[in-house]
Order: sequence, then structure tokens, then C-alpha cells
Amino acid sequence: MSLVVRNLTARLGRTEVLHRVGLTAQAGEVTAIVGPNGSGKSTLLRCLTGDLSFSGDVLLNGRDPRTIPGWELATLRAVLPQASALAFPFTALEVVRIGLEARGSADRTGIAQAVLARVGLAGFEGRFYQELSGGEQARVQLARVLAQVWHPVPGGAPRWLFLDEPVAALDIAHQRVVTDIARAFAAEGGGVVAVMHDLNLTAGFAHRMVLLAEGRVRAEGPPDTVMTDALLSAAYGCEIRVGVIPSTPFLLPQMPDRQPPLR
Amino acid sequence: MSEAADIAAVPAGDRRARARRATFGLAAAVCAVSVLSLAQGPAGTSLWSALAALVTGEPIPLRDRVVLLDIRLPRLALGLLVGAALAVSGAVMQGLFRNPLADPGLVGVSAGAGLGAIAAIVLGGALPVGAAALVGSSLVPLAAFFGGWISTLLLYRVSTRGGRTSVATMLLAGIALGALTGAVSGLLVYAADDAQLRELTFWGLGSLAGASWPKLAVAGPIILTALALSPLLARGLNALALGEATAGYLGLPVQRIKSAAIVSVAAATGAAVAVSGGIGFIGIVVPHLLRLATGPDHRMLVPNAALLGAAMLILADVIARGVIAPAELPIGIVTAIIGGPFFLWILLRSRGVLDL
Repeated sequence: MSLVVRNLTARLGRTEVLHRVGLTAQAGEVTAIVGPNGSGKSTLLRCLTGDLSFSGDVLLNGRDPRTIPGWELATLRAVLPQASALAFPFTALEVVRIGLEARGSADRTGIAQAVLARVGLAGFEGRFYQELSGGEQARVQLARVLAQVWHPVPGGAPRWLFLDEPVAALDIAHQRVVTDIARAFAAEGGGVVAVMHDLNLTAGFAHRMVLLAEGRVRAEGPPDTVMTDALLSAAYGCEIRVGVIPSTPFLLPQMPDRQPPLR
Repeated sequence: MSEAADIAAVPAGDRRARARRATFGLAAAVCAVSVLSLAQGPAGTSLWSALAALVTGEPIPLRDRVVLLDIRLPRLALGLLVGAALAVSGAVMQGLFRNPLADPGLVGVSAGAGLGAIAAIVLGGALPVGAAALVGSSLVPLAAFFGGWISTLLLYRVSTRGGRTSVATMLLAGIALGALTGAVSGLLVYAADDAQLRELTFWGLGSLAGASWPKLAVAGPIILTALALSPLLARGLNALALGEATAGYLGLPVQRIKSAAIVSVAAATGAAVAVSGGIGFIGIVVPHLLRLATGPDHRMLVPNAALLGAAMLILADVIARGVIAPAELPIGIVTAIIGGPFFLWILLRSRGVLDL
């Protein structure tokens, strides 16, 4: 089972933002979408989650998500937007429960407590969302998203997580919490598609990378095939050098006037 | 089963048990103020002697029966309905606009209803004799209801593009429409004579004094239908607190929820304003108090708002009838004089605790 995208073209207003994009993401893997600002990463995610109309084909578990009823789609995939505003003073527990409310679910409170513990927020149930730090709020939202696809889908089809910059607000330790959760979700058979900015972090946790630039896919594959000097330099429009420690590629910091000798 | 377990051991951050207890308390309060409302009045009719007569089988004097059944009881019923309608409409609007300061007036219903009522009062005398006889004393409420309805439809049309309603556009268009109806109302007020001006002022301040069974028969079903449907919106309003996109990701039919919320608020508020005039404050203060006390979960907020709104309006009416008896104050003055400082006190007390 997989997520297949073919010839996807999308517009924002009058501007064509994505041009005939094609990619494949497998269930059981973490697929990261990377690329410079304005390359169309978030727009692509909005197309995949059904938030934006497009032309072309998207097949989620072999079905066009545009033909799946909203309530059923909500059991198949959950979406973590880049920024989540919350009106009204809900507690952390109540926010997570909203993720479960949309469908009938037994023991919502128990599930909400479990996912809050999973994101490292045990004991935060009664705290008001608005009083939490940015990183804590981000993890409450992640818990809500995990709760939404907590239950297996009838028929055993894989469930999907679509995450738009899930680690943007997080310190290094909590980045690990999130990447571990994504890997664990994939290890249990789910699919994860994440828009990422931090290439080093991505190389360490994604199974596959999709490199976007100017609305087109420039490269797709395991991190060591995408993270190359030539591909990244061309995509980001600046000189980038990639080093390799045993199997994981990483970026070397580049100072414009003080290039460290690499030889 | 899980519901029972939830009550037994309330987990941290779960305020539903508290909200349920509040429901019982508020229901008791509604009963208490209802008895008070039936018992009190300038006619000297005693609810207690009437009840005693009922029990002992003695005949109740005709005058007492008229006062109780045709004056106080319809007034009580109207107050309960209007209070519940205003408070629930406020809660739904605030949920829809994701803003605790939203008010049923935002969908344009109050401005349109006000204009309709003013037009009926000022221009009603110019109606052909036949038409005037047909609508009779219902002219003002009817004009208010249709005025509110038309302006809501107009706003809805302006802010809906390609099947998607923008609540932000609706808010801005509402301000524009409010200014326009205000200007036309101003023109009409300018043209009004002294008697009409007095009627306009009293209509604007609101009153339950015009309550009668025929009025209830018209407004009651509209308000009750809207009230009965509003709990169905609660789950959707909870999800909307996370934003429209996320509510959609959660599988909710966002556009249908928005349309249903707007229609139910326009109907309930339109009917309430038509029969009782401009009673402010209930729609904004009741949901706010409940959110402070038991949290913003709309599944509990909406029914509790109906109860608290009904109780508050009846209490205000009891005060309005009592303070300068046998005359009575317009109820809008009472709700504002008592509610305003109380609301400020709540805000000061909770300052820094809860961010709007």
C-alpha cells in the first residue's frame, strides 16, 4: 500500500505552483519532502490532504482521496498543519479529545492520556493550551493528530500521517521525540509524509526524501542519493557540501568568506 | 461505560463532570426564577392562593385566572424562550467566528431586525387600511423578523464564494451593512413624530410586556426548532476552534456546519428580537460566564447556555417589573445595568488567567 502522486499540477490564485509533480511514498516508511522556501512543499501537502484542488492523480492506498467521504478519510489520515491556532481556553486533554470526537470512539479520555504521554506530556492534561510553551503546544497538536488515527482502519489498510514542519518549534531533544514517534508509526505499518526544513535531521530519520525546487521534483530516493553536493546546490541556489558519517550524509556549515579547506 | 468511569474518577483537564453538575444547578435556577416570575406582579394576584384553590377544588376568581394564565404565564414562556435563544445564539456565533466577543448581531440579524421594526413603526401608518387590519399589532414583529432574515441572507450571499463562506468577510460585510441600516434607520427616526419616537425608544430597549399566546405561537416554534438543532453543531464548533482547515481534516462537513449555524442563529435571534425588541448583553455574557466556569466544550456549553440565558432573562424581567411597580423598566436597561459591572468584575478577577 502506498501514496502515489502522478502529474500533479496545482495553482495558488493565478500562479501555477506545482508542475506535473510525481512521487511515491510507501506505508511503513517516513518520506520527507524537502526544498527551499517557496518550492511548493506545503502546497503539495495541502493537495495530498485534500485541502487544495489540483489536476493530476493522487492515490492513497489505491483510492483517490477526493472520492473518499470526509469521515472515512479522517480515519485513514491525520494532518498536522504548520501552525495551529486555538480559539477558547481548552485544556491539553480537551484539545486531544477533539481529535477523537469527530468519530465515535470508546474511552476517548484514556486514549488522550496515552497519546499525551507518548509525546512526553504526561501530567499536562489539565494545563490550558494557551498557557503552554510553543514547543508544548506543538506536541499537544501532534498528540491530537496521533489520536485521530489511533484506531486501526477496518480491512487493515495503512493509516497515514501528514506532517507540515513538525519539528519547527522544538528543541533538539523534542525533535528526537517527534522523529522517534514518526519512525515508530512507520514501523507499525503506517505511512508518514513530512515536510521538513532541517536536512541533517531529515537525513537521519527519513527513509526516503523528495527534493522539490520551483514546483518540480528534482530528486527522489533514499537520503544518500538525494543529499549530494550537486542536487542540493542546484535546488537551493547556493553552494552546499555534503559529508558522510558511516551511512548518513550531513551538511557541512558553509561560511561565505571563510571556506574551511576540505582536503 | 467509559462515561460512567469518567464521572467516577475525573481525569485532570476534563471538565465535563463539572459542566454536568452545572446543568442540574442551572435547571434548578430556571425553576426557581420561573416560580418567582409567576408569583410576582402588580395585580395583587397570588400564585399561592390560586394553587391552593386548585388543590382544594375551589373556583379560582376569573381575574386571577386571567392574570396568571394570560399575562404572567405567556410572559414567563416568552422570557424563557428569548433568553435561551439569545444565549445559545451567542455561544454558536462565538464558536463559528472563533471569537469570544462575537455576538448574534454579527450575522446582521439585529441590524436588519431593527431597521424592519423602525420602518414598521414610522411607515406603518401609511399602509392601506386593508393591509394594516390584516397584520394588526403583529406588524412590528413581522417586519423585524423579515428585516433580520433578509439582512442575514444578504450577508451570507456576499461572504460566500464558490460554496465557501468566509467568516472574516462576513464580519467586515456585517460592519458595512450595519452602517447602512443605521443610516436608513437614522433617516426614518428623523422623519418620525413624537409618539413614534417614544415607541422606537421602547422597542430598542426591549421588553417582554407584549407577551401573548398568539405571539408565542409564532415565535415559539421557530426558537424551539433552532434550540433543538443547536446541540448538533457542538462537535463541529469544537473542531472549528482548531481552525477551518483542521476541522476539515477531522472529517467534518465544515461548510454545512457554517450554513446551519448561521441559519439557526438568524432564525432564533430574528424571532427573539421580533417579539421582545433589542435585549442586549445576554448573548455575549452567558457563554462567557459558562466558559470561565466549566470550559469551552460546546457539547456542554450550548445546553447550559440555554438554561443560564433563560434564568438570567427571567430574573431581569422580575427585577424590571419589581423596582418601580406598578410601572416597569425596559428589560434591556436591567440586563445592562446588572450584567455590565458583573461582567467587568469577572474579567478583572480572571485577568491573566485566561487569554481571550
